[in-house]
Amino acid sequence: MVIYGVALLAGCMLVGLWAGDVLGMMLGVTSNVGGVGIAMLLLIFLGGYLMDKNKMPASTESGIKFWNGMYIPIVVAMAASQDVAAALDGGLIAILAGFVAVTASFLVIPLFGRSQRPTPLEEQPPQTKSSPSSPAPIR
Amino acid sequence: MIESLIAQLERQHLVAAFALVGAAMYISYLVSDKLTNGRVHGSAIAIMVGLALAYYGGIHTGGSKGLADISLFAGLGLMGGGMLRDLAIIATAYGVRFHEIREAGMSGIIALFLGVVLSFVAGVAVAFAFGYRDPVSLTTIGAGTVTYIVGPIAGASIGASSDIIALSIAAGLIKSILVMIMTPIMARHIGLDNPRSAMIFGGLMGTTSGVAAGLAATNPKLVPYGAMTATFYTGLGALLAPSVLYLAVRAIF
Repeated sequence: MVIYGVALLAGCMLVGLWAGDVLGMMLGVTSNVGGVGIAMLLLIFLGGYLMDKNKMPASTESGIKFWNGMYIPIVVAMAASQDVAAALDGGLIAILAGFVAVTASFLVIPLFGRSQRPTPLEEQPPQTKSSPSSPAPIR
Repeated sequence: MIESLIAQLERQHLVAAFALVGAAMYISYLVSDKLTNGRVHGSAIAIMVGLALAYYGGIHTGGSKGLADISLFAGLGLMGGGMLRDLAIIATAYGVRFHEIREAGMSGIIALFLGVVLSFVAGVAVAFAFGYRDPVSLTTIGAGTVTYIVGPIAGASIGASSDIIALSIAAGLIKSILVMIMTPIMARHIGLDNPRSAMIFGGLMGTTSGVAAGLAATNPKLVPYGAMTATFYTGLGALLAPSVLYLAVRAIF
């Protein structure tokens, strides 16, 4: 049933955001730390497990795929409800600070190298075998 | 007759938003196809149209929610708000293979720390260039440049004045808007075409709305990877800005 898929998605989101809040509290931060990311990992694991067990019929999947497909329209609605006027009101300092930050970040991306192959950049540490990552390594 | 139609649109605001966004996207994809030969992605045009409308709504009403402050379009606020946005972002993760995430894990974490520090330094440098010298203002503007959520958190905890906090929010908003606009333009030049670089991109940029919209306009398949790391960014910024980064600023200035 379609609702099973939607409910699975909703459950992952609620548990993930709650975990993000708890993680934030443990770190002493008044903000959610990675709640959405934790929810995504939950959905990847639970969805994958159920798929392997053949417990994800097409109708259940369609409950998740609908929201996946609604992603871009939701982002457009989000763009239309941003406080663009206030952002431009901040004046030159705000615009320059944002611009310098974004440009610098874009320029750094290629330094990470395209894949595992060694790059001539000195500041890049030798790529070690990737360790299993969990949301914990913050700090 | 017209009044009753408007009243109905106001009452069924979320459904009206679905219809409005659908129509806006249809026109955007048409423009993308006919006027730019598909070179500019339809969703990129739709997002730009959204931002332009948000600016119009903002100066028209003086509110803080863009076009959603006009009662006729109030549903946009719910449709594009945090709740449905997060639900849709999480849904994009369905079908992603875990090993793809694990392979980029270490780079993603490095990108997160580097991204927070880079944006912070950029904000501090610009504030310094404009004549700010006290560590509290410099730190708050730097934190706002990290994301517009970190600015107020850091500002409140180190005692910044409210105009500085407002400025820091503006810097973060500009950053997020620029990420939305610049990502599809820059993608080809920085190799943003695979899960690994998308995770690094998400970690470096960190603004969830900017990354979400920027990747949507570039290649929707990359969205889950970028969003995954970006979601840790604000928390990390809130952790570092009022503590380590503030102490560093105080030591220098």
